[in-house]
Amino acid sequence: MILFEAKDVTKRFATQTALDGVSINVPEQSIYGLLGPNGAGKTTLIRIINQITAPDSGALFLNGRPLKPEDVNNIGYLPEERGLYKKMKVGEQALYLAQLKGLSHAEAMRRLKYWFKKLQITDWWDKKVEELSKGMQQKVQFVTTVLHEPKLLIFDEPFTGFDPINVKQIKEEILYLRERGATIIFSTHNMSSVEELCDNITLINKANAILEGSVEKIRHDWAGNEYEIVMAGEVTPSSNGLFTVLHSTFEAGKSTVRIKAAEPADSNGIISAMTAAGKVLSFNPALPSMNEIFIRVVETKNKEALKN
Amino acid sequence: MNKIALIIRREYITRVRKKSFLIMTFLTPFLFALIFIIPMLVMNNEDKDFKRIAVIENGSDLFKDVIPDTKDTEFDYRSDVKFDDIKNNFTEQGYYGVLFISPEIVSSPDAIQLISRKQPPIGLLDHITGSLEKEIEKQKLLAYNIENLDEILKTINTSVRIQTIKMDESGGARETSTGISMALAYLGGFLMYMLVFMFGSMVMRGVIEEKTNRIVEVIVSSVKPVQLMLGKIIGVALVGLTQFALWIVLTLALVTVLKTSFLPEGTMEQIQQLPRSLADADQSVAGATGTTVTPEQLTDFQELFAGALNQPWGLIIFSFVFYFLTGYLLYASLFAAIGSAVDNETETQQFMLPVTIPIILGLIVAMGTMQNPESSLSFWFSIIPFTSPIVMMARIPFDVPGWEIALSMGLMLITIVGAVWMAAKIYRTGILMYGKKTSWKEIWKWMTYKG
Ligand SMILES: Nc1ncnc2c1ncn2[C@@H]1O[C@H](COP(=O)(O)OP(=O)(O)OP(=O)(O)O)[C@@H](O)[C@H]1O
Ligand SMILES: [Mg+2]
Repeated sequence: MILFEAKDVTKRFATQTALDGVSINVPEQSIYGLLGPNGAGKTTLIRIINQITAPDSGALFLNGRPLKPEDVNNIGYLPEERGLYKKMKVGEQALYLAQLKGLSHAEAMRRLKYWFKKLQITDWWDKKVEELSKGMQQKVQFVTTVLHEPKLLIFDEPFTGFDPINVKQIKEEILYLRERGATIIFSTHNMSSVEELCDNITLINKANAILEGSVEKIRHDWAGNEYEIVMAGEVTPSSNGLFTVLHSTFEAGKSTVRIKAAEPADSNGIISAMTAAGKVLSFNPALPSMNEIFIRVVETKNKEALKN
Repeated sequence: MNKIALIIRREYITRVRKKSFLIMTFLTPFLFALIFIIPMLVMNNEDKDFKRIAVIENGSDLFKDVIPDTKDTEFDYRSDVKFDDIKNNFTEQGYYGVLFISPEIVSSPDAIQLISRKQPPIGLLDHITGSLEKEIEKQKLLAYNIENLDEILKTINTSVRIQTIKMDESGGARETSTGISMALAYLGGFLMYMLVFMFGSMVMRGVIEEKTNRIVEVIVSSVKPVQLMLGKIIGVALVGLTQFALWIVLTLALVTVLKTSFLPEGTMEQIQQLPRSLADADQSVAGATGTTVTPEQLTDFQELFAGALNQPWGLIIFSFVFYFLTGYLLYASLFAAIGSAVDNETETQQFMLPVTIPIILGLIVAMGTMQNPESSLSFWFSIIPFTSPIVMMARIPFDVPGWEIALSMGLMLITIVGAVWMAAKIYRTGILMYGKKTSWKEIWKWMTYKG
């Protein structure tokens, strides 16, 4: 079931178009990634979903009906430029924001205690926000965003500014939130997090959606006839009419061979050629990373744009 | 808790806890208290030790025994020593100082010197010059050979003191002192200007902070922008009222403490008796003679004090609170609108100007009002809402007809409704807008958006 839908959203600023007929469909209890180069329009789309900016045209739907101003109560939003009162103490501020979201003092306190403990930031409670580092502030803001357990969570670049350990921790929390029933939309430049977290993505480039769908499918679509074969012992197969060997490595008694198949790929033919050379342990299409796909898609688009 | 109450609470608590608030709250009463106390201290702390002053003329004896002794000063006329002999060792001879009157005194008023180790009190100097002036006048008159000059002089020797009595419409007379009224007008007008400006711009800075930090983007998912704006304005107003109340309480407490610890015993009773004894001033002058305060000083002070007591304090305090709240509300909503329209504090300038001009104009007119409270300029500026808080506060100590105050307050209330409504419209759009320079045209568009 689709929880959130944006249809043909267009937004123009004085000098340029930030979004040009972009649509996204976010299934319930899934994680949705918004990718794209700097200035593509991701933040603009996110601000439109949060009803901070109005689109010039297009429609937004939540649970199948048009998005209403009150719906923001069920959305948790982590803005790109983090916003906390600098002079306020961490605990006090988290409590204030939670109460504004409608939690009672006691309930807010209970949940804050839980989250502060979980993220190991309990001893920041009495510090002023301005005394925290950027990443530390971001962690606090993450807590205040998810505390009231909204149905829809929107994070604008949640990982920038975090060290690898905190990135891992926040990834785990995002997965955990989905498990608990939340639907999450986030924008990021961290491609490995896309592979690990996202069910679906949209890649926006220069105000247009140029790639969308499930991460699985996109990676398979872009697999480009490359395969990875693991074989027992040290084997060095040679290229033939069916495939060319890109490279092979030997390690811990196993050889990993990367090949590119000739079009159209004849997997059965390749496998039998391989079994002739040695014992095949596994045979898989080699999936390109989201990083590679991102670069290839955007560069191709930009070249096309240059030609026209 | 209600969301707007939560916002008010945060705005209030974070500001009241600030160091600057505490410093302002506790230092200002010292200033106020000093204004009350200094005249009393000056009056009472003149040194009252017994003094002997040697009066030397170097030869002539034109001024022998001309300066009468006072309660704490004895003038010792010494025809036996020369000025140069005594001027370096008068202390050893038991004198407080040496008064040298040179023969040229009749033609040149500078020909008189008082040498002492300490700064002589002003009262003493007045006494000396007064006595000498009188004597010189007498000497000059003598040159005209008028008969019975002494008797004539005695009968024409008068002193004049102005009692200002203003009749109110019911015919009752009230004694006021123009000096006190002017001081109150100045204080009221200036304090109003300062507070409205200070708390108004506090609101603006708060709005800009929320906007630039993008806090507002998080908060508008919980509350309406207008709630956020009103919460801030009300919260800051409460801060202002708290500060005002603390100022009054602390000032009173301080005045009491300082009075009892610095003023000599007995003075307090005198001062407290003043208003009562004012009914028949002659008697009180007579009764006060022989105390530490000279009759003239006491009468001056008495008038001052009675004038202060006779001010319409109830009206003044009520109007001050009313005009502070409404004036603040008017300007704070304009300031909030400005804050929401800009991206940072430096950009506020183009919008600040039209808002600050009426405030400053108000202050200028208020200062003129003290000279001429009944001018038509003062009248109109105390009726027009944008300047009325400041100008009216400057007029009230001089008695303003009730209908004028009512009209001014009524207009103020209507204007506030309009201003808050308009500010809310600008704020709602402006606070979420960023990255583009706002123009007046743009603001006009936001105001006329429907819904
Ligand atoms: N308030 C604004 N006024 C004018 N132009 C804007 C405004 N906000 C964004 N833009 C423009 O819209 C385009 C999209 O900006 P947006 O912030 O959505 O990019 P983004 O995809 O979030 O980029 P990044 O990855 O760098 O965060 C940019 O070209 C930007 O210059
Ligand atoms: Mg962005």
